[in-house]
Amino acid sequence: MNVIPLTAFDLLLTSLLILALALSSLPLRLEMAGQILLAAGRTTLQLLLIGFILKWLFSSAGPGWIALLSLFMLFNAGREVSRRQKRQFKGLWGFGIGTLSMFLTSFPMLIFTLTMVINNQPWYEPRYAIPLLGMLLGNTMNGVALGFDRLLHNVWQQRQIIENRLMLGETWFEAMTEIRRESIRSGLMPTINAMMAAGIVSLPGMMTGQILAGSPPLEAVKYQIMIMFLIGAGSGFGTIAAVSLGARRLFDSRQRLRLERLS
Amino acid sequence: MSKLIVNGLVYHHLGPFSLTVEARETVALAGPSGAGKSLFLRALADLDPHGGEILLDGRSSQSWSGPEWRRRVALLPAESQWWHDKVGEHFNRSPVNRSSASARLAVLGFEAQVMNWSIARLSSGEKQRLAILRLLQNQPTVLLLDEPTANLDPLNTQRVEKLFLDYQQQHAAAMVWVTHDLAQGLRLGGRHFQIENGQLELVGKGQVH
Repeated sequence: MNVIPLTAFDLLLTSLLILALALSSLPLRLEMAGQILLAAGRTTLQLLLIGFILKWLFSSAGPGWIALLSLFMLFNAGREVSRRQKRQFKGLWGFGIGTLSMFLTSFPMLIFTLTMVINNQPWYEPRYAIPLLGMLLGNTMNGVALGFDRLLHNVWQQRQIIENRLMLGETWFEAMTEIRRESIRSGLMPTINAMMAAGIVSLPGMMTGQILAGSPPLEAVKYQIMIMFLIGAGSGFGTIAAVSLGARRLFDSRQRLRLERLS
Repeated sequence: MSKLIVNGLVYHHLGPFSLTVEARETVALAGPSGAGKSLFLRALADLDPHGGEILLDGRSSQSWSGPEWRRRVALLPAESQWWHDKVGEHFNRSPVNRSSASARLAVLGFEAQVMNWSIARLSSGEKQRLAILRLLQNQPTVLLLDEPTANLDPLNTQRVEKLFLDYQQQHAAAMVWVTHDLAQGLRLGGRHFQIENGQLELVGKGQVH
């Protein structure tokens, strides 16, 4: 490991760039200066905090703490999914469906990768488990949020079409065919695009990080390919689960469209 | 035979409504706009939550799934929706009864070619007439019609009335027809009801066929 350590001064220096962006947003009347600074502040605090937590976790914590941190990450991803929706399910349904979909896809895939692919002892070793889960959840969250937003937006806009199809005796599943397809597709596209562009347009962050930290490029690339497959499948299955559960929730047992379940 | 019995129907704080429509009977329904006529039809088609019970041939609507019920108790909305590019894509590939389907096409003044037309070129009257043909494909036994001739010219109004009355005779269908046109109500024959202030009132009886 021959990485050059960064000092606090180095970070302060780079923060000038963000400060410059915030300042130039003022004369342009973007009304985003506050948001930019808040985001920069949050990213600093949150990452420092997770740095300390990981340091402690790697050195001394048992499986219980690792599980707790995993659930904390999952719930935050769930909250983020429901925060990004323009139209929302009433109550906790949006949060619940998003969280459940991510749990059902990310966690089995993580355990599969740790036990069958990486195969280290113990399998839950946090140095592997936590970063992998973070990448999986982050990408699955993006797919789920996009697919869900498209689903609710389209159902709201096309409610008359859906109801006309119900009047003609279609089942809720038939009446939702096009909307479901389009929603799942919009959740999947970013990951597919990332796989298409990997290596020729963009150098993925995790691989770049490994190389910066001194890993041989080919080792870093192999990890990156594994990660691409993981997040591709994770965000794909997660989006399918969330869109399917969400679509079901919009109809009742008589297969009536119940838009009053949205706010 | 398809007798529709509505017993204490309650929806959106309206009702209770009770009404029996015999097979081959047409009930004309009028009332000021906003009185709940369309909502009444929606409740009958089980598209909105409602209280009370609806029976078809003595069987409760609950004994069918929602889609099965709506294939039997068909609602024609005031404004039809089209979601594919071509007309034909909205019709079954293999209608239950091909010859009667194409005969109905002719009755409403269309040629078989219409199935290749794109939705974008349809006038509102053409959409309405095609929506009627699309609905009848399921061979429903109860027809709930929300102002089916509101945007049609006199010739097409006449064609549509004849089509529905013929269909009703052939299939022994029960029909609920929302109309603001008093003369049309008279032509249709059966009883006339009015929805006003949350009440369903018998206001008259048309001539018998």
